[in-house]
Amino acid sequence: MNTPISTEEFHHVHAAHCENGVTTALLRHHGLDFMTEPLAFGMGSGLFYIQIPFMTINNGPAISFRTMPGAIFKRTCKSLGVEVSRSKFRDPVKAEAFLNQKIKEGVPVGCQVGVFHLSYFPKEYRFHFNAHNLIVYGREENQYLISDPIMEDVTSLSAEELSRVRFAQGALAPKGHIYFPEKVGVITDDLIRKGIVRGIKRNIRDMISIPGNFAGVNGIRYTSNNIRKWRDKLGLKKASLYLGQIVRMQEEIGTGGGGFRFLYGAFLEEAAAYLQDDRLIGISEEFTKSGDMWRASAIQMAGVYKGRLTEQESFDDIADRLLEIRAVEKEAFTKLSKLNLGK
Amino acid sequence: MKKEDLPQEPGALSRLTRELCYVKNEEGKYETALSKGWDIKKEALDSAWIEVNDRVEEARKAVAAGEKSPIYYFMELSLMDVGVLSGYTGFFSFFIKRHLRPSVFKNLSDVKLEKYARAFDITVEELKIFKG
Repeated sequence: MNTPISTEEFHHVHAAHCENGVTTALLRHHGLDFMTEPLAFGMGSGLFYIQIPFMTINNGPAISFRTMPGAIFKRTCKSLGVEVSRSKFRDPVKAEAFLNQKIKEGVPVGCQVGVFHLSYFPKEYRFHFNAHNLIVYGREENQYLISDPIMEDVTSLSAEELSRVRFAQGALAPKGHIYFPEKVGVITDDLIRKGIVRGIKRNIRDMISIPGNFAGVNGIRYTSNNIRKWRDKLGLKKASLYLGQIVRMQEEIGTGGGGFRFLYGAFLEEAAAYLQDDRLIGISEEFTKSGDMWRASAIQMAGVYKGRLTEQESFDDIADRLLEIRAVEKEAFTKLSKLNLGK
Repeated sequence: MKKEDLPQEPGALSRLTRELCYVKNEEGKYETALSKGWDIKKEALDSAWIEVNDRVEEARKAVAAGEKSPIYYFMELSLMDVGVLSGYTGFFSFFIKRHLRPSVFKNLSDVKLEKYARAFDITVEELKIFKG
């Protein structure tokens, strides 16, 4: 057991978002050298917005700027005809045995983990958040070799440390979730183009046609309406904390809302090259604009949680900004839908 | 966001890594760049921790006043709620809520306390002797 085992020539990928990074690195490892983070994100229709009504997470509003955990990997692989294997476990011992087997076979694997016990994370970041993803690509004695996409470089975890984060508890508990591409077929340029178009269409549907008023672009309006009421309803202190939570969901690593808009802009730029369609470049600009607006609104929200802005008009101003962002994103997706891609 | 506008204001994460961001270069094309952090989100994280510390302090007072059992304090200290604690201990939420009452807590068996202690990364003794 003491001979170092590592999967052959695994290349670490540094990414803006963990799941994109895992998807990109695993697919590249299987020979899909063209894969980039924006492409994985776009094919997986990663852009989203939702505020789940009446629910709070870490004592703040439950907001997400991305699609469901796991969806990006699943959709991107499916689009490219890559077969995926995934397993969950009840028993940590079995989960570890399965992982060891894969490492022995030389297969790097994606693992879903919780960050609360993730020892290399700075303490300030260790909340009970269970949808972080990393790659295990080898083992040296008792240390597993870890490629965490949010990091510039690779790291390692002991068997105990890894088992603990793979069996974190709470919402979205990973239950040892392990996944990897099983079989890769022939990838033609045509398949890539189809995957891109499919990803864009699904994203249009998720953002502008989804029913209900709290998801997609309408979700942004839902949050905007909430923000207007928070100061009276919750009091200034709690309302400021809620805005702080939005900014964390928006700008922090792995969840980034503003950042995700830039990522989508980068995807459309790549898509324009693949599809040889310059109209996409123009729409890419609109997502850049939306990303900039999200960041500007974060600065405004910071004014409140730093205690500089305390009046209702500041809350109204933030709410208005969100409505403007909604309009920009709605316009951008509507334009995308009118391109009639793939026809 | 333009490349030159990318903030480089170190926060807690910069102890571990720089963050990869997608920015516009001089030619108006997207490329990646590394950021050390941004004060706006550092402050959001700071305000979340001020809130956490307030809650822990409230919990400590509640234990000291005999209103809550030590489990309540350590639950807050571990940033948990009843749902998360239920996951780590295997107890149903209904029972955990009972165990938060000092009168119920004092009669808990060591086997049960052991499960809580393990969830909180402390010893049974530390859990028992905590007085707030």
